[in-house]
Amino acid sequence: MNINEIQDGYVIDHIHAGRAMRIYRYLELDQLDCSVAIIKNAKSQRMGRKDIIKIDELIPLNLEIISYIDASATVNVIKDGKLIDKKRLTMPERVVGALKCKNPRCITQTEQELQHVFVLKDREKAIYSCYYCDTIHKPED
Amino acid sequence: MLHLLDIADWSPEDLEKLMDVADDMIARPDDYFDAAKRKKLATLFYEPSTRTRLSFEAAMLELGGQVLGFSEASSSSVSKGESVADTVRTVGCYADLIAMRHPKEGAPTVAAAFSPVPIINAGDGGHHHPTQTLADLLTIRREKGRLNQLVIGLCGDLQFGRTVHSLMNAMARYKSIRFVLVSPEELRVPEYLREGMKSLGVPFTEVERLEDVIGTLDVLYMTRVQKERFFNEADYVRLKDSYILTMEKLKPARRDLSIMHPLPRVNEIRQAVDKDPRACYFKQVLNGKHMRKALILKLLEAAK
Repeated sequence: MNINEIQDGYVIDHIHAGRAMRIYRYLELDQLDCSVAIIKNAKSQRMGRKDIIKIDELIPLNLEIISYIDASATVNVIKDGKLIDKKRLTMPERVVGALKCKNPRCITQTEQELQHVFVLKDREKAIYSCYYCDTIHKPED
Repeated sequence: MLHLLDIADWSPEDLEKLMDVADDMIARPDDYFDAAKRKKLATLFYEPSTRTRLSFEAAMLELGGQVLGFSEASSSSVSKGESVADTVRTVGCYADLIAMRHPKEGAPTVAAAFSPVPIINAGDGGHHHPTQTLADLLTIRREKGRLNQLVIGLCGDLQFGRTVHSLMNAMARYKSIRFVLVSPEELRVPEYLREGMKSLGVPFTEVERLEDVIGTLDVLYMTRVQKERFFNEADYVRLKDSYILTMEKLKPARRDLSIMHPLPRVNEIRQAVDKDPRACYFKQVLNGKHMRKALILKLLEAAK
């Protein structure tokens, strides 16, 4: 894969340095058959250092998860080698079914088929809490 | 449908009305002896709690209603792996309301999403215990004559003490409330609660020793500190006596202090304190039963 030239796929840019692996993990990019590149600590005029993820296929992408981990990221959509969309993200009010509550005493750990739900508590401080047990979760955790 | 899951879900006005009913029940018990006649309360206790369960059962019986349920998970279908959702859907066919105690935090929220009848959270893990808070609120109101302009000391295990969390959430909504949180560093209130108090603008201080602050308090709410909660033996030895209330320690305290405890106690309040007129913890037990009666009536009424 030439990581500079994607024909059809995504470039997730402006990720805070150090958060790319979390996005990779939560999006389960290791399950993909296509090429995926992670660039860590790239130089950035705006951010100093940033991470970038490139995905060489237009897979269904869960923007909610990316927004939760890093709302400052931008998602560039590439088709036929051209940038066709630049998605800017905002922190979601709720994240349903995508993330797991870290509290071992939470009912989500044992109740069958119960989706984990995170609710945005403080947009400024980027604080979420579990809908069921109120445990605080921060994107940088 | 109206449930009681977290005390913060109910407005101060709704809680005041509940307290008015409880006051009336204390003044005129005969008016309520068949108020819940032919109604059934299911007590689903997934972990043992004799006093809370008995308080609910006594409350329902005093209202002329009936009770059914289980007092530990091993004697229920839960031991076969049944979900909370299925259990309440089933029990909701037998009873008019459900009081649930569960070791997992948020279990009553799941129950409320599936139950055809009102759910009362009778304690979920280290999370909430709103009916204890009902008892606490009525006790403070009856003892102090108000629920505002109070300095409230909470002492002991503030991290895992769910009664403390519920009480703080409830009292934070009244004017001029200040909390003095007395605990070892390992057992301070959880972060979500600290953040919550900050965002509401409720002042609080955190200290390690009760002796340093007891003279400033209007209410002292004691809880048990268990040795196994400490991370090291040295801290336990250094601090254990600070969380035991004695007559000696009460010397600098105000004459109108109200001493409360959710019970059961082990040794954190010496028995000599029981005779002090400032001790309110057994009144709390009685107030708890009356508030549960008021709650049962309110939920049955709302579900009509």
